[in-house]
Order: sequence, then structure tokens, then C-alpha cells
Amino acid sequence: MAKLKLAVYWTAACGGCDMAMLDMGERVLELDRVADIVLWPLVADFKYSDVRQMEDNAIDICLLHGAVRNEENRQMAELLRQKSRVLVALGSCACFGGIPGLANFFDRQEIFTWVYLESQSTDNAGGVCPQTSARVPEGELTLPEFFDTVLTLDQVVDVDYYIPGCPPTTEMLWQAIQTLTGDQLPPKGTVFAGSKTLCDRCTRQKEGKSITGFRRLAAVDIDLQRCFLEQGIVCCGPATRSGCGGRCLRANMPCRGCFGPTEHVRDQGARLVGAIAAMIASDHREEIEKISHLLPVPDDPAATFYRFSLPHSLLKRKRKENAS
Amino acid sequence: MRTKTDFEPLLVAFLCHWCAYTGADFAGSAGIKYPASVRIVRVMCTGRVDPLFVLKAFREGADGVLVSGCHPGDCHYVDGNIKAMRREPLLAAMLEQLGIERERFQLVWVSASEGEKFARVVTEMTDTLRELGPLNLKGGEQLG
Repeated sequence: MAKLKLAVYWTAACGGCDMAMLDMGERVLELDRVADIVLWPLVADFKYSDVRQMEDNAIDICLLHGAVRNEENRQMAELLRQKSRVLVALGSCACFGGIPGLANFFDRQEIFTWVYLESQSTDNAGGVCPQTSARVPEGELTLPEFFDTVLTLDQVVDVDYYIPGCPPTTEMLWQAIQTLTGDQLPPKGTVFAGSKTLCDRCTRQKEGKSITGFRRLAAVDIDLQRCFLEQGIVCCGPATRSGCGGRCLRANMPCRGCFGPTEHVRDQGARLVGAIAAMIASDHREEIEKISHLLPVPDDPAATFYRFSLPHSLLKRKRKENAS
Repeated sequence: MRTKTDFEPLLVAFLCHWCAYTGADFAGSAGIKYPASVRIVRVMCTGRVDPLFVLKAFREGADGVLVSGCHPGDCHYVDGNIKAMRREPLLAAMLEQLGIERERFQLVWVSASEGEKFARVVTEMTDTLRELGPLNLKGGEQLG
């Protein structure tokens, strides 16, 4: 059998998914036995022009990690979709927007003003901000356009499969790769993770969720066996997909929601508001208000509940004042 | 895009069957006037109003969302309205972070006999929304 052609590419991401690939250890060599790598910026020097010259559908499997943040990301997503038989959204950024998606609480102008003009560590006397095109004596210089809004991969191109996680576990990755390189492909849209919520899979002791205040993890002695929520510590388990094996929970850290919502949850934040609010042990409006404002990240429920999924959420971003 | 000058607010109201919806009915049969801005969605209990419903109403074009049901202690299902009450501050805070002003989302108790209160709440909220201007979430999707 001819070897498969594999591409791995990143857009707006930290590279942690690449690291997760390498963390597969010697299994990477097994991967090499069944597939030729035709693009993988982390490990080999391929050029965009190499990809452009390929026939359509020449790549058998393309693992793309990262959100779509600028025009270069979008063009590469479109190019790789055209050249790939199977396109996989790898990691939380590609699946839901991930941490880069938190930039959707701002727009381009606000981000440029802070990053290039106002932040304390910036020395930019000329007030230079990125532009798509600039004339210099040597000619014209160009940069990809920076978008107002971070997008998920499937908001830009058609996606076949999803491997969530920040980063995905090596076990999940290896299973997904074995399945994708096998004879029979799973149905389109398959998510290579659990189907139930993390809460459903969690083995910590649960006695009853009734709390009179939220607490910061660092500020309390936690019961190492007991459910975080019951101790007043915000955990995203009730609305987050399982499949991670509870790696954070085992290290006594509450879930931050990186596997995104389950199949039955359209909006992770809305579900978490419901789940967290239901625990508040008070029937009095003022008291409920007081407890609610004791969230560990003061006045920041949106970023706590949508930490990895803001672009994927129902509202996608903070409202733009002059939306058209 | 709707502008502030040419604009009639759209208010989506989730009303509980036993109290607020009956209250709205009472307002109608008593001939009490209230603005036509309101679109009523009858639910069995305010406890049934998932935060997702509120987000979806805004997403689909509402300028304001009103959730209204029985006064605490009067819930037909004992404590459904208390559940709604527990969700309110967190949801409101989250909406504000997403650029949806606090005034656009309200939870108000209206009993079956408070037709006048219902009319007043809808009138006041409509006036507030007119002041705030259109939300324009629907169609504001040019994401690039």
C-alpha cells in the first residue's frame, strides 16, 4: 500500500499541539512508517509554494491546529482544505477558538492601541502600528490583515473531524491517528474524545452542591478527595466534554474547560452559568447577588466560562458598538 | 442596520404560565395599554428559562429580554423562580462583559393579578431600550 501523505500546520496557536504530537514519543516513528510528512513547519522546511503546487486532495490527512486570526491563517486554511482529503481541527484553538479567542473581548483597534502604543513595555515613539501595506524605498512591504474577530477553523472552511484539548492528550492523538490512517473512516464530524461531561466521569466524592461563597484555589486548604464545586471552587466540569482522563483533577486543579462543550451543549458559558448558579445556597436576592460577585476572578464570569470557547459560543465575541 | 433615530425596540419576554403570563392576559382583558414592542414567550416556569434562551433571544434580534414570573414563595413548582433568581447576577455580569448593557436583561416578579405592573414594566423597559438604542447583534456578523 502506498504511504499516506500527512500534513500538520498551525495558525493562531501556541505550538502546544505540536508538542503533544512529539510527546507521542517513539510512536512518531510508527507514524512515519504509514505516512509521509508533506508539510509540518515544526519538523521540516516546506514552503507554502510546495503546497500550492500539489494537486487538489493530494494530502490524505491534514491536522490543523490554531484559530483563524489573520488573513494568512485564513488563506492557509482554505489552501489546505483544497489540498486535503481529510481536514482535522486539532486542539482547542482550531475547534473552539481557544485562548487566542479571548481576544474577542476586544477588537483590532483596541488590541493595536494596547499592544503597540500603550502597554508599559512598549517603546514606540513613532506610533507605528501594523498595516497591510507600506511603501519603503526598496518597494512595497505587505503584512496579512489582522482580523477584528478570532474565528474557529470550521467558521472558515469545512472540517471533517475534531480533536479537542489544550493540548489533546497523546493517547487521544494516537488513537485518532490510528483511526484516521486505518481502513474505515468514522462519520464526518466525529469528535475524538468522550461524549459525556467531565463531571460524569469524575471520581471525586460528591455529597451535595450547596455553597455560600466562591473561593480561590490558592486561598484555601482543599479537600483532595472532594468535588471542587462543593468546596466553592469554580470547576468547568459540568459543561465540558470528557476524554482528557481528568488530568487536571488528578493534579488537584479544577477543570478549566479546554475540551469545549459536549454534543448536547450549544453554549458552554450559558450551561456553566446555569450549573454554577444552581449551587448558590440562598433564596434572597441581595445575598445571591453578593455571593455571585465573589467569583474568584472578580467580575469576570465570561472569561471564566468561555475560557476556551468564546469564538464558538452563540454570541462569538463582545458586541461591536458599530456593528453593521 | 437599524439606527437610534428610526427604531422601535424589540423586547422578548419569557413569562411563566401561572403568574406573569396570566398577569399579561389580565392587562389585556382590563384594557390596560402597553407598547407593542413586546414578544411574549410563554414558559411553564421562570426556572425553565435556560441562560441559553436569553443569549439566543439577543442573538436572534432582541434589544431586551424580560424574564418574569411568580413572586418568591408563590411558585407553582415551589422554587423554580428561585432558580431563575440565582442565575440572574451571573448571567447579567456575563452579558455585560459581552457588551450587552445591564438594563437590557431584567428579571421581574409579576403576579396573576398585577396586570398594571406588567404594563408598567414593559413600558419602562421599552423606554429604556429606546434610550439605549438598537443592539444590532443580528446581522452584525462580518467577523473579519
